[in-house]
Amino acid sequence: MTTPAKPLLQVENLVKHFQVADTGPFFRRKTNVVRAVDGISFNLYKGETLGLVGESGCGKSTAGRTILQLYRPTSGSVIFDGIDVVKLAPAELRKIRRRMQIIFQDPYASLNLRMTVGEIVSDPLLVYKDAKTREAIKERVATLLGLVKLNPAFINRYPHEFSGGQRQRIGIARALALQPELIVCDEPISALDVSIQAQIVNLLVELQKQFNLTYLFISHDLSMVRHICDRVAVMYLGVIVEIANKNDFYHHPLHPYTRALLSAVTIPDPFVEEQRKRTILKGEIPSPINPPSGCRFRTRCPIAQPQCAESQPELRELRPDHFVACFLATAQDAPAQV
Amino acid sequence: MENVLLEVQGLETQFITPEGTVHAINGVSFSVANGETIGLVGESGCGKSVTMLSVLGLVPTPPGKIVAGTALFHGQDLLKMSEVQLQKIRGAQISIVFQDPMTSFNPVLTIGRQISETIQVHLGLNPDQARKRAAELLELVGIPRPAERLNDYPHQFSGGMRQRAMIAMALSCKPQILIADEPTTALDVTIQAQIVELVKNLRDEFGMTIIWITHDLGIIANLARRVIVMYGGYFVEEAPVKELFRNPQHPYTLGLLGSLPRLDQDQREPLVSIDGLPPVLHEKPGYCPFAARCSYVAEKCLQANPILEEIAPNHWVACWVKPKTRSVQP
Repeated sequence: MTTPAKPLLQVENLVKHFQVADTGPFFRRKTNVVRAVDGISFNLYKGETLGLVGESGCGKSTAGRTILQLYRPTSGSVIFDGIDVVKLAPAELRKIRRRMQIIFQDPYASLNLRMTVGEIVSDPLLVYKDAKTREAIKERVATLLGLVKLNPAFINRYPHEFSGGQRQRIGIARALALQPELIVCDEPISALDVSIQAQIVNLLVELQKQFNLTYLFISHDLSMVRHICDRVAVMYLGVIVEIANKNDFYHHPLHPYTRALLSAVTIPDPFVEEQRKRTILKGEIPSPINPPSGCRFRTRCPIAQPQCAESQPELRELRPDHFVACFLATAQDAPAQV
Repeated sequence: MENVLLEVQGLETQFITPEGTVHAINGVSFSVANGETIGLVGESGCGKSVTMLSVLGLVPTPPGKIVAGTALFHGQDLLKMSEVQLQKIRGAQISIVFQDPMTSFNPVLTIGRQISETIQVHLGLNPDQARKRAAELLELVGIPRPAERLNDYPHQFSGGMRQRAMIAMALSCKPQILIADEPTTALDVTIQAQIVELVKNLRDEFGMTIIWITHDLGIIANLARRVIVMYGGYFVEEAPVKELFRNPQHPYTLGLLGSLPRLDQDQREPLVSIDGLPPVLHEKPGYCPFAARCSYVAEKCLQANPILEEIAPNHWVACWVKPKTRSVQP
């Protein structure tokens, strides 16, 4: 892969902690810290799709929202097109925000049910005073609905009149309204039926080609990520444990967590399933309030050694453009039985 | 078929709603042999859960109404049984595990109380024996320190553990049939793998018959021996698992398989998508329910509803158009 010189987005050591109250017997006496995102770094290049994968609670959605400054980070920087958006004052941030949009997971919760489709999709245009006249707005909305393959005649309907897949199209039209460069897709298909998922994914791919969009595709579906992404990053308890080009990632997964994750995914083919040997991880993801010392995965890791408890492994480049945070992984490791 | 445990004929269930009658299932028939694992596949609203709930008398009436059909279990029609008779079968001979393990436990009773209650009611053990048995069951499904965890309330368990506890409860009376209604849909993949592995081990150990309801064809490929595909309240295809994946015949099955990206393959672009939306079941169309979304639709499809026909041994398809050469993989 030819890597363009300057990334569109550089995330450096991004940290987002949440304070949560721990109820004591009489008063709320102490606060706990949820280390949702605990120091992640990656680059995102123009026109590419980076898949950010992991299990629930690993911090992938928080990472997406913190990048967009929907949550202000605890520390670290997010450099978008050369500008550190973390340091920006609200007015400045507002100007740059229009270039970064988001598509949410739940098409039922992310649309205001009292607004018509026309109002939802034109809202960003009004906020940013992008279209001056009523006619211009109407025309733009009709174009946007056409882009997401919704009948522009639906403009006066309300969200409840649409199916999940159609609502997700409305969400996409809203995200496209300001002609953004970066779109964070936060599990955009996981609430949809299988046959509808393919429709939405095909639409996202088409739009990306048409407008040279850059996607951060947050997902737990490793099969879909293989289909849609150029690079993949795996998160576990707030940190990135592996990041690589798609081909290298799926052919030579190196981190034991990635391997277990890939091995847990079922393949819709009984002949293949019959031959596969699964690595079944024991236990469940620990609490991000009190993550294990050293390597966070060590409590479930099939190959953990005493040294893994002592310090946290940094990402190391074990193969070209393939980074792994594990003391024990080596580049020569046999490919996983995908 | 030898050893038939459950035989359902012409089952038809409707829901009477203010917006009109919803024809949830429109005359489905199937039989379940002893020791089989059946996968019941389809998208939301296709009637897969309602089919099994109807058989167990768990459809709330009203609004639900079983309009026609029989469901013979050991020669007795479950659909004609009184609630009291059904209660003796449910949980004892036929158990069900639901999708959401949070809402299927009572939040104000301990896990131990809920599991041992089932055992006391059906097996007539005293409370101490039932508690001991409950602890054994929790151990069987892989919950650490089972005797202590019996005192926990459902919210103290994680999602995966609740589902394990649910399975323990379902297994408590060694049922002949275990119905699993999307039991892993709410769980992460690594936990899903744990649960699927657990159920497979239990199946092999106790020779249980399993009906696994899901929309996930990956799990079906891993677990099921026979698959039934549902669409719009009808069975549209039924076949042994390998036959179904190698030689899918119904256009809907073909579409479903084509719409799935695969972990072990580089991208086929774009994914095959099935245009349009699943049907609203307010009327029984009188023609093929898939016709509106089907790319092979012919005139006949809009005139009459195809019935299931056996096109190869044990492979049944309900479709007027049957090009033998169609296949998913290019």
